[in-house]
Amino acid sequence: MTRRPEVGALIGTLGVFVFFAIFGGAEFLSSAGAASWLNVAAELGIIAVPVGLLMIAGELDLSVGSVLAASSMTLAIVSGHWGGPMILGILLALTIGVATGLVNGLIVTRTNVPSFVVTLATLAALAGLTLGLSRVITGTTSVGLKPDPTSKALFGTLISGQFEVAILWWIAVAGCVAWMLQETRYGNWIFAVGGDKESARATGIPTNKVKIALYVGSGFGAALVGVIQTILYNGAQVANGQSFVFNSIIAVVIGGVLLTGGYGSVIGVILGTLTFAIVNQGIYYTGWNSDWASLILGILLLVAVLMNNTFRRLALSSGPRSQRKA
Amino acid sequence: MTVGAPLLRLTNVSKTYVGTNALLNISLDVEAGKVLCLLGDNGAGKSTLIKILSGVHAPTAGTIEVNGEPVRFSSPRDASAYGIATVHQFGGTFPLMSVGRSFFVGAEPTKRWGPLRRFDKKLASEIAIREMQSLGITGVTDGRRLVGSLSGGERQALAIARGVYFGASVLILDEPTAALGVKEATHVLRIIMQARQKGIAVVFVTHNVLHAISVGDHFAVLIRGEKADDFRKGERTREQVTDLMAGGEAMAALEAELAEMQAQAHHDTT
Repeated sequence: MTRRPEVGALIGTLGVFVFFAIFGGAEFLSSAGAASWLNVAAELGIIAVPVGLLMIAGELDLSVGSVLAASSMTLAIVSGHWGGPMILGILLALTIGVATGLVNGLIVTRTNVPSFVVTLATLAALAGLTLGLSRVITGTTSVGLKPDPTSKALFGTLISGQFEVAILWWIAVAGCVAWMLQETRYGNWIFAVGGDKESARATGIPTNKVKIALYVGSGFGAALVGVIQTILYNGAQVANGQSFVFNSIIAVVIGGVLLTGGYGSVIGVILGTLTFAIVNQGIYYTGWNSDWASLILGILLLVAVLMNNTFRRLALSSGPRSQRKA
Repeated sequence: MTVGAPLLRLTNVSKTYVGTNALLNISLDVEAGKVLCLLGDNGAGKSTLIKILSGVHAPTAGTIEVNGEPVRFSSPRDASAYGIATVHQFGGTFPLMSVGRSFFVGAEPTKRWGPLRRFDKKLASEIAIREMQSLGITGVTDGRRLVGSLSGGERQALAIARGVYFGASVLILDEPTAALGVKEATHVLRIIMQARQKGIAVVFVTHNVLHAISVGDHFAVLIRGEKADDFRKGERTREQVTDLMAGGEAMAALEAELAEMQAQAHHDTT
């Protein structure tokens, strides 16, 4: 049991849930309360799951914030400002995500520049490109959109008036990725690439292709959230999404993924995302000033990392010592 | 395949790194079912030679033949395609992966078809444990244990078992006993003999003369990138080999210096 990377994350999630159930009272526990943190978790989770996969493979992706903004604006401009068909706007928005992922992946694998720097560069560049083009095309930084009923139902509806349909997307994305990571050989390749790239390559794993595919995945996840937000809120703003850059990393790290790669799980990332969302929203139910939410998150991040390190050490010493004869 | 040719033959292999000779005119024969010990002090060129044998670096000059046919390795994959498996000092390089997962990295067994095709982790674990047990490692019974939780000797055994399982005909072991205690080192030496009995050619790289002499059939001593000596089992005593490795003259000079210091100390106290 202690061998699993999500043990620490589970304790964290249960801990903050109990904490806010006590201090947030019945309102936090009501369906409206649950919806508030589940909605935050769903949008963050769709990005955190593929970002977590990338971090297990030993790379970072900071560009997700700008991908979200760029895909949002693309959808709003194509289908709103220009009045094009919704499906075209959605496909173009998702293409932006895939293309950015491809660019990130190619630069990281071809140049060996640390992915932190590469994706920081694409984060900045894509933010500038989005802002510049939006102003040139529409003259504003905020564009409205009237989604058709099908798109609204698929991406931007509220189930029983409270729960974003994004929750279902999150479950679908997490389910597929978890299957891939745990049950297929590609998952084993991802662990190997993050554990030791050179040894992985020596066994014949196409390490560069694995990384490029994972960048495409995180770009796609960010673009999907861009589409969801734009349809949910009937429009897009250039500044959307920047909070996802570090929040996704916080969720992944709280979830027990090792920052240097090679260790982690999708269940852990889901739990880390829930922990983040509960703290982020739970504070409103306590009656305390919400200014303190960031402080709690910061402390939680440190505690989570320390706890995860402890559990990892336990996992590395979980052999029965009496039998160590070899 | 040429009859009678050694499994692996190096002829006048040299490796130059920007101006400096890391290896100069090394010729070696690696024979099936024999243990070749590569002896040398730190910096003698052992690592460079391993890198050439395992396909990490190409030699600057000289030829490599496998079963009598000249080959050129452009990557570690090429070398392993020719049946050459390299085990590094600390054995498994994936400490945070489970035993079963790491055993099959890059060669995962799968079951079912199409989108339901999945990595058969149970089979992977069973095979990994079985192969380790066949090398006498009985302390590991759960393939889900992390590689990092194994002892140094167990990790070596895991890596050797992997090489053997995937059909290695040449096994290169880089200082497999260096980081181990006496008991574990003995076990690794026993595993080397088992691999030898299976007809595998073992290249045992070490600076421990005692370990080398106890299992080796054939010995090569490297000094500053050159082959200083090449002999068969029983042709040299342990002292001769140790002296050679340390560089006999340097050792003699050191002994003289130490004697002088002792005399000095004796003089000071009286």
